Amino acid sequence: MTRKGFLGVTGISAAVLAARKLRSVFAASGPAASPPVRWAMVIDTQKCLKKAGCIDCIAACHKVHNVPEIKDRAHEIKWVWKEPFKQAFPAQETAYTEEAYKGKPFPVLCNHCDNPPCVRVCPTKATWKREDGLVMMDWHRCIGCRYCMAACPYGSRSFNWVDPRPHLRRIDIEFPTRTKGVVEKCTFCAERLARGQAPACVQACKEQKALVFGNLADPDSDVSRLVRSRFTLRRKPGLGTNPEVYYIIG
Amino acid sequence: MRDRPLILGGLIVFLALVTFPVWYNAAAGTSSRPPQLKLPAGQKECVAPVAFMKTSHMQLLIDWREGAVRNNVRTFTAYNGKTYNVSLTNTCLDCHGVQARAGQADFCGRCHDYAGVTPKCWNCHNDRPRN
Repeated sequence: MTRKGFLGVTGISAAVLAARKLRSVFAASGPAASPPVRWAMVIDTQKCLKKAGCIDCIAACHKVHNVPEIKDRAHEIKWVWKEPFKQAFPAQETAYTEEAYKGKPFPVLCNHCDNPPCVRVCPTKATWKREDGLVMMDWHRCIGCRYCMAACPYGSRSFNWVDPRPHLRRIDIEFPTRTKGVVEKCTFCAERLARGQAPACVQACKEQKALVFGNLADPDSDVSRLVRSRFTLRRKPGLGTNPEVYYIIG
Repeated sequence: MRDRPLILGGLIVFLALVTFPVWYNAAAGTSSRPPQLKLPAGQKECVAPVAFMKTSHMQLLIDWREGAVRNNVRTFTAYNGKTYNVSLTNTCLDCHGVQARAGQADFCGRCHDYAGVTPKCWNCHNDRPRN
């Protein structure tokens, strides 16, 4: 065999081996394809505002998650709460919105952003984005540095400055309370989703149907149909966080 | 032998000091015997054999925590094929969580007190009221 022939055979053999290896790697990495899930919420504010003063969603959420009621605003904890139009949609404000929405606050909660700034800054990965879009909290891992609170442009996170237990009127034993020194927020009811139930706020708003929850990755879901057929707003979209809570205003 | 009272007195003081921990524990009602645990009423088995739970329940709890919180794995298949909900609050403490005092379940607390460890699980996870 000539030198040239030997090098040729070696080169071709190496290429064939590499191709085989590559194929096996790609074949192994293909998991059983499960349909994609992207949890999202649509809030129909017209339906919500119809029932003035209603706080069913807030009460239901705070009850099942043992969210304490602390009067001191510096210590307050909130998962779902209400904001006036100006605070909820600062970029959409006109000279007339204040009058138009006077006394009509909008329900707000964690937006479970596609690009969550809280996750980027968390030094311990106590908060992270799940594949189905939920921005989760691991209270075991939270060290209470509050970077996430500084990063969140929606004020969705609260810090436990004091032990929350004395401030709970009733403890739901099925859900853990938090301890002093951790940050908490809405988790889109991860524990209820795991059981195939809708989030507690959505369940509480069954009559008004102002809160719609579902899989945005499924084109036939209620949320998908709503965001495709109605004009929706998201909170502070200019910040690039890509919130996944949509508001139907008109 | 003029030193006899001194020697005897010294011996008595020495013995009293050496045996002090025994008297102290006897007076305080504590003992060096392992605590007698009251098993949950109406339950025959745990999620793993007793010997394993005695030595490694903390590791199991950490695995459960990582599974449920971070990987959304909420079902645990036990050694005997039974399946359990992965939840300290709703599975473990449902059986073991009867409260002895604020902040620690009776079943868990007896051993933790004996071993001198103070895990912080109960800062958040709710035990069950006595009745």
